[in-house]
Amino acid sequence: MAWRTIDRTKVSPEEMGPGLSAAVREKIQAFFPRYPTKQAALIPALHIIQDALGYISLQAMEDVAELLELHPSQVMDVVSFYSMFWTHPRGKKTIMLCRSLSCELMGGKNVRDALVEKLGIKEHETTDDGEWSFMTEECLAACEHAPCMLINEKLHKCVRVEDLNRILSDPDNDKLEMPRSDLFDAPRTAQT
Amino acid sequence: MAFERILMKHVDVPNSTSLSVYKSDGGYEGAAKALQMKAEQVVELVKEANVRGRGGAGFPAGLKWSFLPAERDVTYLCVNADESEPPTFCNRVLMETDPHMLLEGILIAGYATRTTVAYIYMRGEFIEQFHIMQKAIDEAYEAGYLGKNILGSGYDLDCYIHRGAGAYICGEETGLIESLEGKRGWPRIKPPFPAVEGAFRKPTVVNNVETLACLPHIITRGVEWWQSLGPEGSFGPKMYCVSGPVNKPGCYEGPMGISVRDLIYADEFGGGMRDGKKVKAVLPGGFSMGVLRGDLFPKAPDGTVDPAQDYDELDARLDFDDVRRYGLLGLGTAAAVVVAEDTDIRDVLANVARFFAMESCGQCTQCREGSSWMYKMAQRIRGGAGRIADLDVLVEVTQNMGMMPGESICGLSDGAAWPIRTIVQKFRKEFEQHISAQAPDAAAEWIRRVNPAAYGLPIAQGRAEVMPGGTFYRPDSEPDTVEA
Repeated sequence: MAWRTIDRTKVSPEEMGPGLSAAVREKIQAFFPRYPTKQAALIPALHIIQDALGYISLQAMEDVAELLELHPSQVMDVVSFYSMFWTHPRGKKTIMLCRSLSCELMGGKNVRDALVEKLGIKEHETTDDGEWSFMTEECLAACEHAPCMLINEKLHKCVRVEDLNRILSDPDNDKLEMPRSDLFDAPRTAQT
Repeated sequence: MAFERILMKHVDVPNSTSLSVYKSDGGYEGAAKALQMKAEQVVELVKEANVRGRGGAGFPAGLKWSFLPAERDVTYLCVNADESEPPTFCNRVLMETDPHMLLEGILIAGYATRTTVAYIYMRGEFIEQFHIMQKAIDEAYEAGYLGKNILGSGYDLDCYIHRGAGAYICGEETGLIESLEGKRGWPRIKPPFPAVEGAFRKPTVVNNVETLACLPHIITRGVEWWQSLGPEGSFGPKMYCVSGPVNKPGCYEGPMGISVRDLIYADEFGGGMRDGKKVKAVLPGGFSMGVLRGDLFPKAPDGTVDPAQDYDELDARLDFDDVRRYGLLGLGTAAAVVVAEDTDIRDVLANVARFFAMESCGQCTQCREGSSWMYKMAQRIRGGAGRIADLDVLVEVTQNMGMMPGESICGLSDGAAWPIRTIVQKFRKEFEQHISAQAPDAAAEWIRRVNPAAYGLPIAQGRAEVMPGGTFYRPDSEPDTVEA
């Protein structure tokens, strides 16, 4: 990103991207009672935005800055620091492949090469049909199941190259097989 | 060796995440007992038991609590569940199988430190674990173990999960606090320590998940039981992780002070190496703590074995003190990754160096520049264009970064320097063999490939072409190739 600069005085609405909907704002505001400052709700807010939009657009950064009474640059400061936040649109499903030592010893490199070949994209790219994005990540903390990869929310363990076709063609390969709690929304506020 | 599993007692129990299963064998009894005591008594008890933090540094938990100022209106408890040190996963296992044990520990620690709000800082990649913890928190609120007037003691505690977003540095306690406040996870200069001025400028306690999970058992079983486990100075049960090419990779519980050899070969732990291979190297405490050789390491430069000072490094005992004798920084997280004999040590060096180059937060110059410099050298050595001098430069760089030379704010750069220094020192012979087997013009060829400008060759227009947006990561399997 360091090579791309944006002249914000002349940014077209398309480049600013979508903003926050009323529902997203409401979800973010539900986090305020948890913290003594509004700024602390920033990372939860960015998770909510990324869930709703798929990435953090420039407009969303401005909107959330207004909502949390911050300067937009403070929001971008945070967005650019954390590797889970995407600043450009990504595919419907994001593959995060672990590239740490345990996974690499157990054949993670082969899985990566096979994925790159099957999807036809390199790391941090998105397929043309907007279905897949691919990135590698340091240690997903599942080293006993090496090599492992995370597709959106679901962790696939002990992935072998011959399993990849089955995993990629499964329509539910990104869904958790467990009851969800209200993850990003409806946080528990202090009980009275 | 019959060892009663304490922290992992519910691992094989079906539906172990539910409150009813947890309560069926003594769950929340420790918390009930603690709430009957005075807060100072709980602190004294934990101090007396000498519970050393399981997160890596081994700082006594009770001592940490006693640094809190006596006069304070608000205290925060941050639970460090940002488990990002490769190859550690014991906190994940604990939260997956026994979330209520953690919540009980939070309740005890919160009561002892007079905390009203506890934040569980969980790394963003833990999604399944988030749902499990959140469900457990909801259950605990319903049953009255969290919220107002817990168990009729008049003590209030709220507990929230705060998700991180993929930053290793947020496992450092002040980095975690900054991240919790909604900023970059840049560690703060200490002092003031978090116990005096932490999250939101208020006194804050940061404890690891495993440390907190030990507390209920200390309260119910007493200090004598705790001190009967493990050697002097490192008491208690510990969760060990072992991964890599062993027969049974996984998370195992044992007393403090088992040897690395047991962890790899014993039937109740790793169960031996896959295909009967030999161990080449072990990183026994997470990456940051350094490396052990799988065989005898002759310390004399000419390679002669001296029984007085050379010993088998797999005999290192995993407790807070013994590992230091083997040139390790400390126990760390007691998560061992085993490297088999057929693995190229250059790959290990490059992988470790890349991890720290990617995860350095960029605040202190020597860590930011040093870790990426070491990564470049490791890449060059792995690419078959290393120089003998690189090994010396690597060691020199590691000696000039970190808190110990007094150059950085947090311990990440110590953790970055230590494994690389120990890998280079302990496997120097092997590196030298690789380097001397290279083609004579390999180094010049490498520079032609990675830095064509040095030869007046055309450079690809805009290096952003090979570094697409998002992060600065690019695949490292081969250097940028440029059509000359």
